[in-house]
Amino acid sequence: MENKEISLDRLPIGTRASVTSIRSNGALRRRMLDLGVISGTEIEPLYTSPSGNPVAYLIRGAVIALRSDVSSKIMVSA
Amino acid sequence: MGLSGDSTGTGVLKCCDGILQIEKDSEEDRVIALAGNPNVGKSTVFNQLTGLNQHTGNWPGKTVANAQGKYYYGGKNYILVDIPGTYSLMANSEEEEIARDFICFGEPDATVVVADATCLERNLNLVLQTMEISKNVVLCVNLLDEAKRKKIRIRLDVVSEKLGIPVVGTSARSGKGLNSLMEAVSALTSQKSEPHPLVITYGEEIEKAVSILEPAVQKALQGKLNSRWVALKLLDGDSGILNALKKHLQYDILANREITECLEKAWESLDESGIPREMFRDKIVTKIVQTCEEIGRSAVVYERQEYAARDRKIDKILTSKLTGIPIMLLLLCGIFWLTITGANYPSELIANGLFWVEDRLSQIFTAANAPLWVKGLLIDGCYRTLAWVVSVMLPPMAIFFPLFTLLEDLGYLPRVAFNLDNFFRKACAHGKQSLSMCMGFGCNACGVIGCRIIDSPRERLIAILTNNFVPCNGRFPTLIAVITMFFAGGAAGTFQSLVSTLMLTMVIVLGVVMTLLISKLLSKTILKGLPSSFHLELPPYRKPQIGKVIVRSIFDRTLFVLRRAAAVAAPAGLVIWLMANLKAGDSSILALCADFLDPFARLIGLDGYILMAFILGFPANEIVVPIIIMSYMATGALTDYESLAQLHTLLIDHGWTWLTAVCVMLFSLMHWPCGTTCLTIKKETQSMKWTLLAFALPTVTGLVVCFCVANTARFFGLA
Repeated sequence: MENKEISLDRLPIGTRASVTSIRSNGALRRRMLDLGVISGTEIEPLYTSPSGNPVAYLIRGAVIALRSDVSSKIMVSA
Repeated sequence: MGLSGDSTGTGVLKCCDGILQIEKDSEEDRVIALAGNPNVGKSTVFNQLTGLNQHTGNWPGKTVANAQGKYYYGGKNYILVDIPGTYSLMANSEEEEIARDFICFGEPDATVVVADATCLERNLNLVLQTMEISKNVVLCVNLLDEAKRKKIRIRLDVVSEKLGIPVVGTSARSGKGLNSLMEAVSALTSQKSEPHPLVITYGEEIEKAVSILEPAVQKALQGKLNSRWVALKLLDGDSGILNALKKHLQYDILANREITECLEKAWESLDESGIPREMFRDKIVTKIVQTCEEIGRSAVVYERQEYAARDRKIDKILTSKLTGIPIMLLLLCGIFWLTITGANYPSELIANGLFWVEDRLSQIFTAANAPLWVKGLLIDGCYRTLAWVVSVMLPPMAIFFPLFTLLEDLGYLPRVAFNLDNFFRKACAHGKQSLSMCMGFGCNACGVIGCRIIDSPRERLIAILTNNFVPCNGRFPTLIAVITMFFAGGAAGTFQSLVSTLMLTMVIVLGVVMTLLISKLLSKTILKGLPSSFHLELPPYRKPQIGKVIVRSIFDRTLFVLRRAAAVAAPAGLVIWLMANLKAGDSSILALCADFLDPFARLIGLDGYILMAFILGFPANEIVVPIIIMSYMATGALTDYESLAQLHTLLIDHGWTWLTAVCVMLFSLMHWPCGTTCLTIKKETQSMKWTLLAFALPTVTGLVVCFCVANTARFFGLA
């Protein structure tokens, strides 16, 4: 899986990866920028909610839960 | 009706109060804005400095509007304005807009940005953005005690040097460092030295564009705002700032030909150097984030790599597939159990005490030869209702509120939202609706205000309209009393309270299910739309300050709610007594009204008196049961009512069956919001239409459910 680009929602729990791009131009992109998600930012999925969606991610030292519709638009490479 | 701006009230959902009016006592008074990311202890700093009691809690979004307070330091008054917690000032949401507008246009003498020491790097983003607007910024690195526990060391001198602003470390909860903070603010506002904050430079291409535009902006604004920042916002194409300028300075910046020409030129220049307009904000944010990283690297030392291991472990248990939801329900049960068992004894004690006082009062009135009607009005009417409200309401509230606040302080509520999000997503609602719903357990009016944390207008309306489906503290005592009398009566001792707890939990779960169903219904009909994307922060757990929580929840919440209930109960008691004693023809007005409502009330499993009690309970739900009791007693012969068992007999004598009890509980769960909540909804939505809908929605649902339950049970001959 080295250097392969996948969307964040498909990244296995406990795997650290860095962001390559955000596939959205609207509010979602702005929100992610606010959280400091830019290309190169490291993200690690920590745990899933009881139903599997949303998933809690470690982003810059904070734990942020994202629904899959958001995480599927964030591309990362492990 | 589709989802046009009109139908969702997009235009009017904007905060109605705009910029806060600051009242200075003297020209010497300094205005200080208190900014910061959500959930960094900003409100704690505010409370500690001003001695006020803004409600605090461990979840993002507690402060949703500006609040102000004063403190005195070194011979001067400082007016502290607590602005909503935000991650940025890019005005992506209403809170950010309020925060930005105050820093920009509220003309504070200084802005204190409170940051969380346990994740300083991320907080610096807001600090840097604030510094772009204003020179007079003080950074307050709060929660140093938490950071210490997690073995995170912060070199405040390095941060200060890199940022070029005063930096103060605090642990606001224990009051540490606040003197230094006040000193730093005092030094900055008395302008002993001109501050030289770091100015971020954005690389050649952007700087060139800024240099094309800035002079024109500077000329137009005449030093009213930081022209570099306004130029950057214009280049960004941020329409919000244009509107804000129009609103606060009555100035339409794009009507200035020189500026529009320069802006075009600057954009051209950016295009030529390979930065298209849609990439502009990315470039800006990237640069800011990189600066944060850089400062973080040189000033924050993590002495233990796995500094958050404990939080992760707890989270895994509290949110896992297997244990997440069961633990949540157990906790809910636990709180109810403690409330019910704990409230029983003091409730009786208070009742005995208050009715002993009633007897003495009666004797006094008799001794003073007061007319019978005066005694009736004041004692049998006002005092008795009041006594009931106090003895029934006070104990459960004094137990429930502190317990709930403890969970809130601990940081559990965001985990609830995390666990429940899937259901809310399926109902096409916002994930944060579970937070405003949780607030509704305390008070629906608070829950409705809390809906401001939801930034999409459609989803916020859904949250507002459905908030009333969870019972507030005013309705808990009704539920508890009915459950204890009718459903746990057969069981004894501990078992009895267990049965009551389970029943109550079922009622609450029903409330949550109804919330979700109605949210879904709204999403599919008049508020069509897809759930908007959102993120939810799961903040680190914090050790709650138990003593403070108890004191605060009793004084702030319990007494407040109690005072409101009492203020309504006394006049309501008066009205009931009058209605019961004024005759129209052969029967009292009370009986006439009840008789009038009776046929309709029977259809939904109630009787005329109960329905009237709900109607008279409109100002405050707390008084529903007392009114029922009062009216039964006024019409019946029974006057002895010192325990729930006797009350049970009274109700049975008036024809209550298990079905009546069920319908009372259902109707209590689902009927119109109380007066305060209605007013709050009106204020929040700025629309009569939505307020009426918020009134009608739970009412119709309740009527339909009660009708179905009552008639099904009757059809099968169960009651």
